[in-house]
Amino acid sequence: MASTACARCRNLLTRRLFKSEMLMMPTAVHTKLPMISRLLSTVTAIPHVCIVGSGPAGFYTAQQILKSHKQARVDMVEKLPVPFGLVRFGVAPDHPEVKSYGAEDDRVLGIGGESLHGVYSARSFVGWYNGLPEDRRLNPDLSSDTAVVIGHGNVALDVARILLTPVDILQKTDITQHAIEALKESRVKTVYVVGRRGPLQVAFTIKELREMTKLPGCKSVFDTKDFEGLSELVPTLPRPRKRLTELMIKTADGQTASQQTQGQESPNKEWRLKFLRSPIEIVPSEDGKRVAGIRLEVNELKESEGRVQALPTGEEEILQCGLILRSIGYKSLPIDDSVPFDAKNGVIPNTAGRVSHLKGFYCSGWVRRGPTGVILSTMTDGFETGKSVVQDIESGELDIKSTVDKGRDKLLDIIEKKGLVPVTFDDWKRIDDLEKTRGESIGKPREKFLTVAEMLEAAFD
Amino acid sequence: MASLSSYLRAAASRIALLRRPLGDVVGQNVRNPAVRKFNCSAAVLAKKETVTVNYILPDNEKVTVKAKEGQNLLDIVLDNDVDIDGYGACEGTLACSTCHLIFEQDVYDNLPEQPTDEELDMLDLAYGLTDTSRLGCQVCVTKEMDGLTVKVPESISDARTV
Repeated sequence: MASTACARCRNLLTRRLFKSEMLMMPTAVHTKLPMISRLLSTVTAIPHVCIVGSGPAGFYTAQQILKSHKQARVDMVEKLPVPFGLVRFGVAPDHPEVKSYGAEDDRVLGIGGESLHGVYSARSFVGWYNGLPEDRRLNPDLSSDTAVVIGHGNVALDVARILLTPVDILQKTDITQHAIEALKESRVKTVYVVGRRGPLQVAFTIKELREMTKLPGCKSVFDTKDFEGLSELVPTLPRPRKRLTELMIKTADGQTASQQTQGQESPNKEWRLKFLRSPIEIVPSEDGKRVAGIRLEVNELKESEGRVQALPTGEEEILQCGLILRSIGYKSLPIDDSVPFDAKNGVIPNTAGRVSHLKGFYCSGWVRRGPTGVILSTMTDGFETGKSVVQDIESGELDIKSTVDKGRDKLLDIIEKKGLVPVTFDDWKRIDDLEKTRGESIGKPREKFLTVAEMLEAAFD
Repeated sequence: MASLSSYLRAAASRIALLRRPLGDVVGQNVRNPAVRKFNCSAAVLAKKETVTVNYILPDNEKVTVKAKEGQNLLDIVLDNDVDIDGYGACEGTLACSTCHLIFEQDVYDNLPEQPTDEELDMLDLAYGLTDTSRLGCQVCVTKEMDGLTVKVPESISDARTV
């Protein structure tokens, strides 16, 4: 990650760092922590707020609270020794300026062959090239010439782009070195990006699509049949959808810059956008050990109750491939039994960020809204939750005068008792400096540490 | 980690550090001068003319600030500490839409530079997008724009309409 939290968050951290702290711990503290703790004071009752998670949602919520309530003390607790969540681990390395984020688990297709060698979740693939410790051993097999990415969101385009970008360009980013070595040996030349619905239902956004059409050495191959009749519809669409659809039509017609290669070398890679295809089976190789293809059913679209649905037509086709990346959505996991969780939707039930039926508990980010949207949505969401917290403090809805718990002190008691070593924000700065130094010697913004052990060594030595 | 004892020492010292009573705030308002890409260059601002800019905030409060010719409307907000929640998250690198501003029609029509595809792509995602919207980080003030008034739109909780 080349850039950390936004300017405002960095300001805020520096300004308020000695009034609040960030604690990062190498193992999670599995205990019921009161989210709002109380401090006895005869003058002013100071609200203590504990934020679990140090990704963008946590930061935006913290920012809102610190800004709106001058006495509030905020502690952020993070399970890894490094902060910023998927701003560090989820953003594509060639997009240092973009913010993105996720949830901890992913959805599965639920079809035969899903556990064959050569099938991975896009989430783990992203974790692998971004240095998330739990994904460092993924070792994705890049020896086949064709890859299929299932999904039509920005993550699907991210992984396709990393597979197709010339390695010398990636070499200058903070992508992990082991990913660079693997991508150098990669034989992947064609990437299909497959989705079950049509062009008007794609979830990716125009910036990411435009980038795909401008990939050096890579052709964009769309089927004009997929766009028949759409040109007439385009003027009626809201602007974002309109421009996105126009770009796809233009690409299909072969009019974009990369396709009119003026004096450029002919592209040696290609990506193909496929619509109306749902995976029904992953086809194994003859020896049954790895993926050899994917069987897709052909869909048609039907509108019902304001939603456009994909329904099978009975027609099928097979794409031969040796690599499948599943990019069909993320899922949040419950944090603790004491916190209500809607397992079906993967969210914590809440109203304006206030957790249902659990006073003093709040949520923001994807665990609140579900795993969709861009940083703007998470920011707004974080602000809204922060406002709810401050409102409840000021209205007296939350009792902060009681003598019962002492916030940070009690948390530190637990940490001490369990023999854990908290990693502080200053420790993170040591890790940060070392990563940058390591990167400098090989021309990268940073070379990330891949294990918690290495991070701790960097922090404490 | 060299040894168990150094690990335990690290634990003890950190816990002690974190328990200490919190002192005064340090490092007030340190803003990291991020490298700005994709913007018009801020030349020798010291010699440039002063331009007055009025920002109408979402709650309709009007904030008037002085800027230098050539500065972009995001930098002006940051330099003058205009209080807008979440403004300029990506620091002017065309990766978000949080510096979104709404101009008056005639001002919009006469802005020196048309938006690029990249700016339009980001504007697509902005809350409350209008026909006279631009990204603040992409618009540099000229002396002709002295007295400019721009509206900072309200953000609403669910604006994705794509």
